[in-house]
Amino acid sequence: MTESPITEGDLQAYADDRLPEGRRAAVEAWLASRPDEAERIAAYRRLANEVRTAYDSMIVEPVPERLAWVAAPRISIRRIAAVVAWIALGIAIGAPFGWQVRPERGVAQSTPDTSLIARRAAVAHATYSPEVRHPVEVGSEDEQHLVTWLSKRLGVKVKAPKLDEAGMGLVGGRLLPGENGPVALFMYQNQNGRRLTLYVRTEASKNRETAFRYARENNVGVFYWIDREVGYALASADLNKDELLKLANLVYKQLEQ
Amino acid sequence: MDEAKRLVELIPRLRRYARALVGDRTTADDLVQDTLERAWAKLHLYRRGTDLRAWLFTVMHNVHVNRIRATRAVDPLEDDMPELAQPQRGPDTLLVRDLDRAIARLPADQRAVLLLVTLEEMSYEDVARTLGIPIGTVMSRLSRAREKLRAMMSGQPAAAKLKVVK
Repeated sequence: MTESPITEGDLQAYADDRLPEGRRAAVEAWLASRPDEAERIAAYRRLANEVRTAYDSMIVEPVPERLAWVAAPRISIRRIAAVVAWIALGIAIGAPFGWQVRPERGVAQSTPDTSLIARRAAVAHATYSPEVRHPVEVGSEDEQHLVTWLSKRLGVKVKAPKLDEAGMGLVGGRLLPGENGPVALFMYQNQNGRRLTLYVRTEASKNRETAFRYARENNVGVFYWIDREVGYALASADLNKDELLKLANLVYKQLEQ
Repeated sequence: MDEAKRLVELIPRLRRYARALVGDRTTADDLVQDTLERAWAKLHLYRRGTDLRAWLFTVMHNVHVNRIRATRAVDPLEDDMPELAQPQRGPDTLLVRDLDRAIARLPADQRAVLLLVTLEEMSYEDVARTLGIPIGTVMSRLSRAREKLRAMMSGQPAAAKLKVVK
């Protein structure tokens, strides 16, 4: 293969993860002997991540009514309702759309504060689990870095449970904005491409513990619980309630240790 | 009608892009509203089977350019633009505020390219199509925007010389 010289365009595409395999290797080799350039490109990657982190909250926010209504008269109310329901997942309790978490029969009624975590976790799952190219910010190959970074940002020790015995491998994780500060999201995937996300946030009140609770947000099932200063929510659109409960037990057991 | 449903689904993405582009929520939602109204009026011009997202962002780009002209807003001139007080709504983090400030100081044409590539993760080809510019221009604007943003976010002046992109 003849190697054409590395251009600025190659470097930009490298920063965006858009180079084909061979070219990427060539750029990596080129950068290896040029620390200043390597630092510049690394900074571009960091900035791109920061830009996404900064504005991604707009994706899960409820769409203001005035915008929903611009579209409303043209399409059926039922369709709008379905879309608005999805969008409204991100909304605080008591907000205008009145969308509620409905715990299943036999499960204790959630307090607003705890059911909010289920909602947030479902939104995060719905947002990131369909991603093909950017499901996570830091991949499992950098697990140590991922865990250290997220622990530092959350201010508590966070770890990524090992779910291999249930056939779920760690894909990686990312940082999300939350009400009480930064939130960690870990993503897992099995051989069939079914995905599971674990949403981890710090809690405002430190001394509560709750049992597992289950909620279903549209097609996303969520088991969530609070363990002292940390709230957890395990979400999946691809697994049924029993499978999810088994995994929630596995996660809980590991986090106990 | 499928386009209508897709269009509604794309509203959160339009809002995210608009928010980063104009720097505050209210102005962003005004832009999104104008865009949606225009898109509805022009939906018959959309060619089925082509990328609706790229089409919608093209509509937004045109609306945005027209709004800037109409309000006689001037593009910031390089780095000595005085900072404008921006209405702060919602609990924006420090990072968001720093980025808002830095992005606002990018020339408008570079800002659009940077955000479509990094935030919207659009292919370079789609960015070129959306903004109606050659792909070489996309790459050079991207390169300049990133270098300026890096300099601003690290508190240093932008490197004076940038390599020419072929």
